[in-house]
Amino acid sequence: MSLLARGGAVLLLLLLAACGTEYPQNSLSPHSDFAETIHQLYVSIFWWTMFILAVVWIILAWVLVKFRAREGDEKPRQIRGHLGLEIGWTVGPALIVIAIAIPTIQAVFATQRPVSEDAMTIEVTGHRFWWEFHYPEQGITTANELVLPVDRPVNLRLGSPDVIHSFWVPKLGGKRDVNPTVAVREGEDPKYNWLFFTPQETGYFYGQCAEFCGESHAFMSMRVLVETEEDFQAWADRWRESPGALPPAGPEDPEDETELEMAGVPAQADEPDQLEIGDDDPLVAMGRDIFLNQATCLACHAIEGTSAQGDRGPNLTLFGERTTLASGILENNPENLAAWIKDPWAFKPAAAMPGVDYDMQGTAGYWPATALSDEQVRAVAAYLLSLK
Amino acid sequence: MSQTAIKTDWDFPAFAGEGHHEVGFIRTYIFSTDHKMIAKQFLAMSLIFLALGGTLALLMRWQLAFPGQPLPGGGIFPDTMAPGGIILPEFYNSLVTMHGTFMIFFAIMPLLVGVFGNLLIPLQIGAGDMAFPKLNMLSFWLAVPAGFMMLASFFVEGGAAGAGWTAYAPLSADGEFTGVYLGQQLWLGSLFILGFSSIAGAVNYITTVINMRAPGMTWFRLPLTIWALFVTAILVLLAIPILAGALIMLLTDQTLGTAFFLPAEGGEPLLWQHLFWFFGHPEVYILILPAFGIVSEILANGARKPIFGYFAMVLAIIAIAFLGWIVWGHHMFMSGMNPLLGTTFMFTTMVIAVPSAIKVFNWLGTLWKGNIHFTVPFLHAAAFVSLFIIGGLSGIFMASTPVDIHIHDTYFIVAHLHYVLFGGSLFAIFAGITYWYPKMFGRLMNTTWNRIHFVGSFIFYNLAFFPMHGLGLEGMMRRLYDPTQYGWLAELQPWNVFITYAVFALIAFQVIFFLNFIISMWRGEDAGPNPWRANSLEWSIPSPPPHGNFERIPVVHRGAYEYSAPGWDEDFVLQNEPPSEEAVQ
Repeated sequence: MSLLARGGAVLLLLLLAACGTEYPQNSLSPHSDFAETIHQLYVSIFWWTMFILAVVWIILAWVLVKFRAREGDEKPRQIRGHLGLEIGWTVGPALIVIAIAIPTIQAVFATQRPVSEDAMTIEVTGHRFWWEFHYPEQGITTANELVLPVDRPVNLRLGSPDVIHSFWVPKLGGKRDVNPTVAVREGEDPKYNWLFFTPQETGYFYGQCAEFCGESHAFMSMRVLVETEEDFQAWADRWRESPGALPPAGPEDPEDETELEMAGVPAQADEPDQLEIGDDDPLVAMGRDIFLNQATCLACHAIEGTSAQGDRGPNLTLFGERTTLASGILENNPENLAAWIKDPWAFKPAAAMPGVDYDMQGTAGYWPATALSDEQVRAVAAYLLSLK
Repeated sequence: MSQTAIKTDWDFPAFAGEGHHEVGFIRTYIFSTDHKMIAKQFLAMSLIFLALGGTLALLMRWQLAFPGQPLPGGGIFPDTMAPGGIILPEFYNSLVTMHGTFMIFFAIMPLLVGVFGNLLIPLQIGAGDMAFPKLNMLSFWLAVPAGFMMLASFFVEGGAAGAGWTAYAPLSADGEFTGVYLGQQLWLGSLFILGFSSIAGAVNYITTVINMRAPGMTWFRLPLTIWALFVTAILVLLAIPILAGALIMLLTDQTLGTAFFLPAEGGEPLLWQHLFWFFGHPEVYILILPAFGIVSEILANGARKPIFGYFAMVLAIIAIAFLGWIVWGHHMFMSGMNPLLGTTFMFTTMVIAVPSAIKVFNWLGTLWKGNIHFTVPFLHAAAFVSLFIIGGLSGIFMASTPVDIHIHDTYFIVAHLHYVLFGGSLFAIFAGITYWYPKMFGRLMNTTWNRIHFVGSFIFYNLAFFPMHGLGLEGMMRRLYDPTQYGWLAELQPWNVFITYAVFALIAFQVIFFLNFIISMWRGEDAGPNPWRANSLEWSIPSPPPHGNFERIPVVHRGAYEYSAPGWDEDFVLQNEPPSEEAVQ
């Protein structure tokens, strides 16, 4: 049984070693007030439990070795109990429970305290299988990469149109379920979960859906960018002056059936849509035309300032600034983006975007039976990446 | 020994031992009403499902260690599960769901409750059979079709249920979300039928323990196994109907267009969580209380000493069972809860640590100054104590609401629940099977192979599950199909590969156990009536006991743990051994 103790010690060391390293979703490296509170509590419980574990294991190992049966042993004395000892090991654990409970209760209320006045509300919507972030104050909607100013309290309003998700960014501390918004009678407010914290350092944080939400649950990741107040404002301004924006004038007629004709329609050089982009990369122009006029990307996606105002899929404004695509599972580069557009289900099965290779049959009904060529896909990717 | 006045002139109805008539093959082995045969039937069924659950775990571990690589021999799977041997995400989700479901409902629960309840209750209280033998038979024959129904769901269109063993609505309530329609409905129906099986068993156990104890078998002379099984039966009786109600609501959501749990039509998805966990937390104790009883029995036997603090042990069982009803909210700390309510659930949960600590320290007290014989059952029971404490202590992290924010739905939880259910329940089951095998089959299991099985299981079990704590703290989430899809998790992939190899080895050692189990039925050494030199009533009769168990209803003179009583030559005294002259004070 000394084997047991030795094995336990080795495994404990492994655990400690694992805790010491820095992985992006590590629970033990707090970067917000919220996470810091939890971390202190975690450390105290860790040492309490290690203490109890050590006591029990040492006694157990010692007893097993010391009192093993030997040749010629006398019958052991019958011991039926010991009132003092039994009271001791009832009261002792009870005191430890209280010692753990008091800081826990303090932490519960510290992590769920009333929202301060200056907190910025952000509406988080968990979709299958991506995240939507709406900033009502700024009028901004973005997806999968949440941008936050440092040292400013944020209050996340969590809701979902489909199943239960869970918003979790370990280093900022929060994990809270994103429950479906229950239909209510008129005049009533739906119930939401809220998560309130203050990021304390700028940085790039990983987050994840933590409640099983279906086939691609594991691929429902996200990033949080904590920026300085100035950077955050600059980002918000850039979003409003979306680089994808159209010139103020110019005919926009996305509803027109002829505009939505199948792919392969040659780009019309005199379309105003194609003229206003800073760089006149022809691939970008072609992609823009396909996105806005030929394929029906805009049925689901929105780009601020263009005719694309769909709200079923992620808002793609400033897409070129995002570091990841497909909700944090792929690095955002032209190759990955083209591969994603071509065949999203290769990366994220059952995603709402079925991809250009898919027939309309058997997939989400609103996807047009469009088949873009590889070059057209590259063009769309180039256009999206130019949005920054 | 205090001599209590014992009524000995009981007028018993003719019990099955008398007027014993020949019964045919079918009545003996298939539609048997003999509690021992039903226990063996449950044992066979649940070991098969245990093996199946283990196989599903192997498939999952393969995918987690070697994502995208074809499974060796995976060609036998149809394209809807694993085309070319590569496990599809939806099939993986079915594997996760069904592994949990089979292990909890069709392996651990029937092993602890169905097998040991049926085997031990009449034998240890000195009864000829259960109070309702036919109801007992029905209990088994409801479990079998339920198991087949669950198994069949793999082969229907859309595959088996894939919404997790907790089947959270609305994911489970609308096939749109998972692509599983019939599979989820079969899952619901199967558990519903299994629930009737459990209720039939529970009614029987409660009635039998209350009414059919042999003369002199007072409540506080009962072996702790019986106390644990009795309290467990009460939990089953009260908890299963709640699950049944929730299952029916979910089934009608799926099939009849109701909207109990569908938010779009005003249903409340959180209601499912409340109902499920109001059943589910007592269920956790259904899966561990009988293990407590078995372990107490075997530790006292190994140490050749009375159980330390018998009365406190009984109270602790009752306290845990009671507290189990008021802690369900701790599964829902992330679901959105008023902090005051969360604090309440947190505190009731932590209070369970107190009776659990009493049990652990009383076990240590039992071993203290004992004369410890390292029999195979004892090894498993001692391993139980050392592993259960890990599962218990990791539970404190979860009970602490804010810490739970981090570890909820990560591999830390996976580690915790396997420490409780495998390190806890399953090691106790191994202890129990090896201990009572001779009573069931009249032969001993091969000790050498059993020791090899124990050492291998203990080592590889820890190697498989302990690193999961670390992975969880690093942020690896549960129900993850392909860990390498994330760059940072790919760096931790060697751990996943390591765990998978450990699981391979762990399963290989279980094969040894299964083979030993089967071969020993024919080849095992003859056990004799009392191979462990134990006190309780089942050891006073031949192994295996005849139909009707006792030739005469035994009269009980003392408690179940009178090991090393002074005044006796041996270090054990059967409970029904009449007091010897010199021992009476």
